[in-house]
Amino acid sequence: MSWLDRVRNSIPFIAKRETAENLWHKCGKCGSMVFVKEWEDNLNVCPRCDHHDRIGPRRRFAQLFDSGRYQLMAEPIVAEDPLRFRDTKRYTDRLKAARAATRERDAFQNARGCIGGREAVVGVQSFAFMGGSMGAAVGAAFVVGAREALQHRCPYVVVTAAGGARMQEGILSLMQMARTAVAVSQLKDAGLPFLVILSDPTTGGVTASYAMLGDVHLAEPGALIGFAGQRVIEQTIREKLPEGFQRAEYLLEHGMVDAVVHRKDLAGTLAQLIAYLSPREREAA
Amino acid sequence: MQTYLDFEKPVAQLAERVAELRETAAEGAVNIDAEIGRLEAKADRLLRDTYRQLNAWQKTQVARHPNRPHFKHYVDALATDFVPLAGDRNFGEDRAILGGLATLNGRRVMLIGHEKGDDTASRLRHNFGMAKPEGYRKAVRLMELASRFGLPLVTIVDTAGAFPGIQAEERGQAEAVARSIETCLSLRVPFVAVVTGEGGSGGALAIAAANRVLMLEHAVYSVITPEGCASILWRTADRAPDAADAMRMTATDLEGLGVIDRIVPEPLGGAHRDHAATVRAVGEAIGAELDALCTKSGRELRDERRAKFLRMGG
Ligand SMILES: [Zn+2]
Repeated sequence: MSWLDRVRNSIPFIAKRETAENLWHKCGKCGSMVFVKEWEDNLNVCPRCDHHDRIGPRRRFAQLFDSGRYQLMAEPIVAEDPLRFRDTKRYTDRLKAARAATRERDAFQNARGCIGGREAVVGVQSFAFMGGSMGAAVGAAFVVGAREALQHRCPYVVVTAAGGARMQEGILSLMQMARTAVAVSQLKDAGLPFLVILSDPTTGGVTASYAMLGDVHLAEPGALIGFAGQRVIEQTIREKLPEGFQRAEYLLEHGMVDAVVHRKDLAGTLAQLIAYLSPREREAA
Repeated sequence: MQTYLDFEKPVAQLAERVAELRETAAEGAVNIDAEIGRLEAKADRLLRDTYRQLNAWQKTQVARHPNRPHFKHYVDALATDFVPLAGDRNFGEDRAILGGLATLNGRRVMLIGHEKGDDTASRLRHNFGMAKPEGYRKAVRLMELASRFGLPLVTIVDTAGAFPGIQAEERGQAEAVARSIETCLSLRVPFVAVVTGEGGSGGALAIAAANRVLMLEHAVYSVITPEGCASILWRTADRAPDAADAMRMTATDLEGLGVIDRIVPEPLGGAHRDHAATVRAVGEAIGAELDALCTKSGRELRDERRAKFLRMGG
């Protein structure tokens, strides 16, 4: 790219029309046009306003594991559409569309690698896949990730992002809350750390299960985290919600998370935590 | 006075006719005993036929019926020597979840359940059975107490869901529900849960992750209310009947999915028409389940409970 392009690209309102769409990212919060490369180098955080954009499993793995190197784990196969659910569309059609759009099988993926030189299994929920909603596939993937951590006697780190339960799986989606809670208990019984990173948004049944059962809870700045949806609360109590309600900083204030951590510091903070809590480190000490 | 549900209208009309005839008979004009008997038999048949084929939305109405027996009725009829226990030792006393030590048919247990209340004053006092974090934290406290002293746990599940409110969020509603589920799955005592009315989402599961989950015949249990599901997926709460059907939330559906273990039949025309019979049937079912569970070790009970929920959804 010539210096002229560079200058032009740094001036959003001029460059927009002249450059391919995919070269630019418009910040979802402040509306700034940011050069995609710059935005990605900044870990998908807006360099102007610090807005932490939602990111999927692959990008998250690349950001958290040492040198961006990791081994993706196979996703478990579960019975699809157990209720033969249909609303305005068939559930199977919604799944097909989500798979085509995200090139993911479902809303949760695991990978193994090193963080700060120590082994860890990381599970990442994908908001892009049907709002990250938890059905049997998400529950099963969580269990598989926890089991891998048990086998390798290493920490399990989970990055949450979900609008709630996968309603199309009815009661079975509710049961995933209990299922994942069992997996967390097994990690705890084995003396392995379970670390949670709450990303935007984490609500409903996911928050009310594994997301709030971590040994340590980190949250990304500005992330929406809560149990009930804001519209439901407004309708129930018939008053306006306070500024910053259910945001990461609000949860910190109310004692629900240990720290709000900027994305650029996440891998480092995780490495510190793992060094302190990793079982091998304890045994050696 | 009997509250009739929409789909019970024909039954209500017959009952009205019977009442009118009785009045006429009382005036001594004519003898109409035969006619009254005929109409009453017809009303019974109609009720039986109606209740035999209730759809999921109709069952939701029955499960929410204001005259349905609540936690207090079960305590009064089933428990002797009940010692209520209150408070989460942290913030307050939430009367949406009640609990205490109880003796059920000679067996000492910990009894915990949602209480919706049955008139305006008590509904407000019990917050319509929608617990806040302190309610779940009290439940955790009592569950751990039961586990420590080897008392079997019995829960009565009947809630629209955990309360959605600003203060509930501030005090960590999600964490409280999560911790309660985790505690259910860690107890080393027999644990039987009975969904007696509405099993509303995480707020219900928080005290229902049991070794054996029982459900009254017309109770419902779901991840979200039919109205909530309809307003999200169909974008209008008017489609609640469709959502109720699609979510498969009836006792028969849930037994088929392996989510519940036993259905307790209700008296003719639903639990609200005969409290005594309903409560007795629930008491007998709990007793039978506890008899079987009490032969197992604490470790077995916990491991089997965990294994069951670990399999949910395949
Ligand atoms: Zn911005």
